[in-house]
Amino acid sequence: MAKIIAGIGSSHVPAIGAALDNGKTEEPYWKRVFSGFEKSKEWMAKTKPDVAIVVYNDHASAFSVEMIPTFALGCAAEFPPADEGWGPRPVPVVKGHPALAAHIAQSVILDEFDLTIVNKMEVDHGLTVPMNLLFGQPKDAWPCPVIPLAVNVVMYPPPTGHRCYMLGKALRRAVESYPEDLKVVIFGTGGLSHQISGPRAGLINSKWDKSFLDNLSKDPKKLTRIPHLEYMREAGAEGIEMVMWLIMRGALDDKVDEVYRFYTVPASNTAVGHIILENARKASGTRKVAGKSRRGSAGKSRQAAARKSIHRIASKGKR
Amino acid sequence: MARTQQDYDDIPGTFVFDAERSREGFGINMFCMSLMKDDNRKAFKANEAEYLKKFRLTPEQTEAVLKRDYNRMLELGGNIYFTAKLGATDGHSFQHLAAVMTGASQQDYAAMMLGGGRSVEGNRSRSGKDKSAAKAKAGAKSASKAASASKPKSKSKSKSKPKSKSSAKRK
Repeated sequence: MAKIIAGIGSSHVPAIGAALDNGKTEEPYWKRVFSGFEKSKEWMAKTKPDVAIVVYNDHASAFSVEMIPTFALGCAAEFPPADEGWGPRPVPVVKGHPALAAHIAQSVILDEFDLTIVNKMEVDHGLTVPMNLLFGQPKDAWPCPVIPLAVNVVMYPPPTGHRCYMLGKALRRAVESYPEDLKVVIFGTGGLSHQISGPRAGLINSKWDKSFLDNLSKDPKKLTRIPHLEYMREAGAEGIEMVMWLIMRGALDDKVDEVYRFYTVPASNTAVGHIILENARKASGTRKVAGKSRRGSAGKSRQAAARKSIHRIASKGKR
Repeated sequence: MARTQQDYDDIPGTFVFDAERSREGFGINMFCMSLMKDDNRKAFKANEAEYLKKFRLTPEQTEAVLKRDYNRMLELGGNIYFTAKLGATDGHSFQHLAAVMTGASQQDYAAMMLGGGRSVEGNRSRSGKDKSAAKAKAGAKSASKAASASKPKSKSKSKSKPKSKSSAKRK
């Protein structure tokens, strides 16, 4: 059975990608940013996920204003890096996991989340920058397949935080009803506070960001009640992309272990936030980062219940 | 037609790209999207006004594009991720655009970002309806209490650290 074992929150600032691609990582300005992800790369290397679900948003690369899907699940076998105006980023083509993606699509739609299925799509910095931050800069191939989940946060209104959180729960039920044994991690990307448009551009709200990260660990339900107006007012017009972190959080247990956190201001116009959360039922204590022991009789019954609920909804739908 | 008033229009210095602007700005954004192709960039640069005719912009939108009035483009339905492509076509960095939109020099804008960015204090609300902003102005000491009383999300007791410092912790 497949299982989501951990969630990663990370900003996806395009300038971070540019710094990587142009060999600027050792410059003091960028070193401050990249040094915060060294431990994360170690964690990821030890965790060795079989699949990563990456929740991100497209920035006028794959989707223009012709079509604006609220939730678009990448079900293709591969996703080439998009040309964002300077040529495609020199990163490996992102390989998908079409079988798991198709399973997720079917499960989640019957679970009443009306996803858009995308069978051909290029992916931009929104997806590839967090990949670099956690997997480094592999030359030929990323270490695991990726299922992209693109969320509209460009045109107002994006889905509500609550909707995102509930989608995370549906994703988890979907993953846990997949028969193959797979270790899955889920990324929530974007944010934290930033505004890049209009006369108020440059807005950063570190206090708000910190409170967001604190609640993400301990009281995510509180975050699901934040209205869009408050995101935009407090965290900037583009800071609203933080709702995507709630999809990641919803896919985890209610109680999680915060394994790592990093925060720095600025990268370009943005506050960089990063967090790693592991499901708490994992053996807690010394080296959680090893993340090997996955027990879970409690988990199993919960998953059985989850399967049941999918069937219930599915049969309701057929009537 | 006048724009429908929205609660977020109260946020100062901000043009929220909503469904109404998306409808109004379709031409601007499709024009900007076309600049992803080199041939189109060349055609645009060769004769800007002529190239723009393909996209059925309003006279106001056309003027905003020709004048590179980025705030006006946003107001008339442009979206920043799209208009940034126009900036890139002109050879400008994003920070240059951000500085232009804020009316600052690029140097001053960059310095502001390094100093921790633009503070939210005093930048929450045009009308002053937003209580935490209004009370924050009223008095320094009582402000934080008043703010946390009126807005649950700012209850965090943590002292705010120097802004441009990084923090990492492993638990």
